[in-house]
Amino acid sequence: MRPDLEIIAALINPGARVLDLGCGGGELLHYLAREKGVNGYGVEKDPEQISACVRAGVNVLEHDLDAGLDRFPDSSFDMVVMTETLQAVAAPADLIDEMLRIGQECVVTFPNFGHWRCRLQLATQGRMPVARHLPHQWHDTPNIHLCTFGDFERLVNEKGLPIIERFVVDGHYKVRRGISRFANLIGTIAFYRLGRANR
Amino acid sequence: MVRLTDGDSVGLVEPRVAHFDQPFTLQCRETLPRFDLVYETYGELNAAKSNAVLVCHALSGDHHAAGYHTADDTKPGWWDVCIGPGKPIDTTKFFVVALNNLGGCNGSTGPRTVDPGTGEPYGENFPTVTVKDWVKSQAMLADALGIDRFAGIVGGSLGGMQALQWAIDYPDRIEHALVIAGAAKLSAQNIAFNEIARQAIQSDPEFHGGRYYQADAIPRRGLMLARMVGHVTYLSDDSMGVKFGRELKSGDIESGQDVQFQVESYLHYQGTSFSERFDANTYLLMTRALDYFDPALEFDGDLVRALSGATAKFLVLSFTSDWRFPPARSNEIVDALIEARKDVVSATIDSPNGHDSFLLPNDRYFDVLGGYLDTVAQSKG
Repeated sequence: MRPDLEIIAALINPGARVLDLGCGGGELLHYLAREKGVNGYGVEKDPEQISACVRAGVNVLEHDLDAGLDRFPDSSFDMVVMTETLQAVAAPADLIDEMLRIGQECVVTFPNFGHWRCRLQLATQGRMPVARHLPHQWHDTPNIHLCTFGDFERLVNEKGLPIIERFVVDGHYKVRRGISRFANLIGTIAFYRLGRANR
Repeated sequence: MVRLTDGDSVGLVEPRVAHFDQPFTLQCRETLPRFDLVYETYGELNAAKSNAVLVCHALSGDHHAAGYHTADDTKPGWWDVCIGPGKPIDTTKFFVVALNNLGGCNGSTGPRTVDPGTGEPYGENFPTVTVKDWVKSQAMLADALGIDRFAGIVGGSLGGMQALQWAIDYPDRIEHALVIAGAAKLSAQNIAFNEIARQAIQSDPEFHGGRYYQADAIPRRGLMLARMVGHVTYLSDDSMGVKFGRELKSGDIESGQDVQFQVESYLHYQGTSFSERFDANTYLLMTRALDYFDPALEFDGDLVRALSGATAKFLVLSFTSDWRFPPARSNEIVDALIEARKDVVSATIDSPNGHDSFLLPNDRYFDVLGGYLDTVAQSKG
């Protein structure tokens, strides 16, 4: 099992109605259905991943996140989850707004471009970083909107979104609470559970 | 010629007829004193009778969905690409039932049938039949075959609408509804095309107000035109461009002599062969059933409420180039299912072949359809 699934599952209330954006082969939804009685739907655009969902018996909708999420009504889900997909969409900031229109809460995870290995490669080699959590070359990467934990934190603050929970994991999926300068150096993936802005 | 050695064909098949001797009251409140449904089956019903799959046909289909009737047949049943050993609807796993719907013209009771009340063919007096009526009659056929509950009900286009109606009307008798290239109701444009087809038939002098059997006539031109306009809506601009382009069958454009484009010749051929095999009154009846289909109507137009009682799981498939029932129409079904909290898998298959895509081989289409049905078969042990 993917080590991040258990970590994400801990952020999701039992029995919640979950929409998983960029659900891949449906591993998370399958896990949530089994472990937490979650009734979920995945959104995916890759035919091979959709086939994997079909064979895993996971609810999946073929849909491109970049086409917008208008088809999902306001507050139609308890929780909208997006794991390691934020960096690959055309308009990440708008998408977060949409996630919190559709869901009461959202969970977002993304790889850290501020990890020390990335910084070191850029600083010493003058090359775009390639790391285990960011394995693509610059010209063939789906990751068009990479950010650091600090960048994301700033966006969340600008939007005035309450952070319900946040933590990072290091290269060994060891969880570290809080987003400190240190975490921004050693964390590979950040996990944020966000609520709606108080207006 | 039938190559019975082909491992993926169901081979020679024989239609059977189910007689129903009790009166059948239709949604329009008219009653048929008795009726027949002609059907075929492929594969074996398991001991638990849990592996039955019902195949519902579209506008011009019938019970002959797979295999061959004689060794001399040049063409197999209309959905042979999908039904057979190892095919997406795998007859080594499922017991497949295909029928000709009520009002049809290939053996089931329809306008050609003699009305026992008058001694003459029903003709234009055959009662209005709806998708709901079809589903009810299909449930009676299931009773006759000893099938309490279908593992799956599958259809494309109008066939998919029957699968959807099943899930609403008989939630206890359907485990999976597979709705392919369908819609929850027709658009004004869809109805408009159907009306052009109906007018073509009804304005043919050989139609005789629907009493052409008695006049020993056939409204061939009307049927041909109806099929031609229908056929264009089943293809896509791209697929017609690739298939025909501006190729000429005969003549010369510069001199303007005897010009016939390939696409004209093709449509004439399609229209003519259709007019020889299909009944005009059945065509009118089937297009009306399509137009009237709107399962949300009895729920104040609320599709979510209509689907709220369904217990089936759904597979909803559409095709990118289908402009008759485009992906957006399938997504309306999908979105209502999500809101009604039903299990659903949906995919939009990349295909250049328009609405006809559901009848044609396509790797991804078959992978999703077959993959979905594999999981259904696995749940049967």
